[in-house]
Amino acid sequence: MSGTTDTRRSTPLPYALVLPALLALALALGYPLVRQVVLSFQDFGLAQQFGRPPEWVGLQNYRDLVGDGYLWRVTLRTILFCLVNAAVTMLVGVGLALLMRHMARGVRLLVQTGLLLAWAMPVVASLTVWQWLFDTQYGVVNYLLTGLGLDYAGHPWLLRPLSFFFVATVIVVWMSVPFVAFTVYAALTQLPEEMLEAAEIDGAGARSRFRHVVVPTIRPVLLVVGLLQVIWDLRVFTQIFLLQEAGGSARDTNLLGTYIYRLGIGGGEFGMSAAVAMFMLVLTVVLTAPYVRTMLRQEAES
Amino acid sequence: MSRPTPAPLRAAANTIGILAFLVAAFPVYWMVNSSFLDRNEIRNPVPTWVPFGGDLDNFRTVFATDQFVNALRVSLMVTGLTVVVALAFAFVAAVAVSRFRFRGRMSFIVTLLLIQMIPVEGLFISQYKMLEAAELLNTVVGLTLVYVASVLPFTIWTLRGFVAGVPYELEEAAMMDGCTRVQAFFRVTLPLLAPGLVATGVFGFIQAWNEFTLALVVMTREDQRTLPLWLSTFTDVNRGTDWGGIMAGSTLIAVPVIIFFLVVQGRMVSGLTTGAVKG
Repeated sequence: MSGTTDTRRSTPLPYALVLPALLALALALGYPLVRQVVLSFQDFGLAQQFGRPPEWVGLQNYRDLVGDGYLWRVTLRTILFCLVNAAVTMLVGVGLALLMRHMARGVRLLVQTGLLLAWAMPVVASLTVWQWLFDTQYGVVNYLLTGLGLDYAGHPWLLRPLSFFFVATVIVVWMSVPFVAFTVYAALTQLPEEMLEAAEIDGAGARSRFRHVVVPTIRPVLLVVGLLQVIWDLRVFTQIFLLQEAGGSARDTNLLGTYIYRLGIGGGEFGMSAAVAMFMLVLTVVLTAPYVRTMLRQEAES
Repeated sequence: MSRPTPAPLRAAANTIGILAFLVAAFPVYWMVNSSFLDRNEIRNPVPTWVPFGGDLDNFRTVFATDQFVNALRVSLMVTGLTVVVALAFAFVAAVAVSRFRFRGRMSFIVTLLLIQMIPVEGLFISQYKMLEAAELLNTVVGLTLVYVASVLPFTIWTLRGFVAGVPYELEEAAMMDGCTRVQAFFRVTLPLLAPGLVATGVFGFIQAWNEFTLALVVMTREDQRTLPLWLSTFTDVNRGTDWGGIMAGSTLIAVPVIIFFLVVQGRMVSGLTTGAVKG
């Protein structure tokens, strides 16, 4: 890449070219970020929404939140949900990718078609279909489970929090597995075949070949994909929000994202919700740092 | 695979493969299937697996409501504007990043990566306040502004790869043949970039067309709903009643996206993980 780069010094042209994008980002993200920091130090509730000037309260919002057991419950719930979903997605995705190498070609094509379809579905459309599948009265899931002899006729899936999160996990995993499976499978096609053969001739069993040849080859991909899953599953909003609207109890099922929404735009507590949002941003940055570092190292190498 | 897979492993892999196909594809099939079923078939405790004798009534119901047509209009406007603006901004930025070395280039790239990781929920409260103050809530312009910002980082990142893929020597050769730098760019590089621009544009389209969270925050008025918002309230209002209509609506929203997605999928996967896979 260095050979293709114009190295003439101090031309203003690249800055002019970057400017529109920078301005758009500064206006739509930079300014709100500053404004949010300010907002999180203010008492900004419904009274302010109707014109009363906001009052500076310093760290009061943060202090209230830290002392609020509910925020901690929501945070814990968010992290737990994120870890479970990321782990299940990785297990299923990596497992499928590994098995895809051993399937008959026709079956592999079938799997890839199915995964592509699931991947391509718009999130809101997926949500409506899964709600319909898990419908209490006419849902296919209850029909099939009842057919297996289980007592699931008229079972309300969204009523209890644990069962609510089970449905949410099924949907999130269903939507996320294709990306993992395809990416890992692509990495597996780059396995050094000669090395596997050499190892086999040297008497290495299947397990040791897997551990000493396969795993090291795909480790960088696994790391990036796993990290992306954690980041993405930390911010699951649409699935939880729509399932709540469809009959779940919001208070018992809120994750950080839906909590911020319901506190701020739903409840008019803008100062408090801004503080929770700042908390979520910091949490994301902490979890994202390793990913950004990896990407930058690759950038420097390319 | 040069070595043959042992038979039991192959049989197990095939079985799991078929199972995985069923789980992955069934919801999509079920959406399309249900959209052709009439009310009695939907409300039958025994599911109707194949839409034999199905009709288009559900689709007629959807189109008969003003809300759908209106949401389609809003969605098309927001999506179209977002794609055009984001593509234009991202294109020039991508040229700068991949064709020039300049001070601040690396910070710009880091900023893009960081922004890509920011969850929308982390900022939508203050974006709401900003658009409210600017009287841009419930406007196409307001929603487009936040959409452009949210697709820009990925768009620049992907286009950068495409621009870098066109050898600079080609431009130089054209310049030696008497083209100016600008002419060389427009006559040689731009045509070679067309597939990249299309793929990236399609990605932006899918993003904006599917987006739910920001639309929920910005478009609070019923007459300004986008399609995903319309679909979600359709579910809510008719809770548990008109599943046929809801599935028809879902199908209408999903089909263009699925087609587009299949077209550009390969490029997008590599865009997300280029470095990771090739490393």
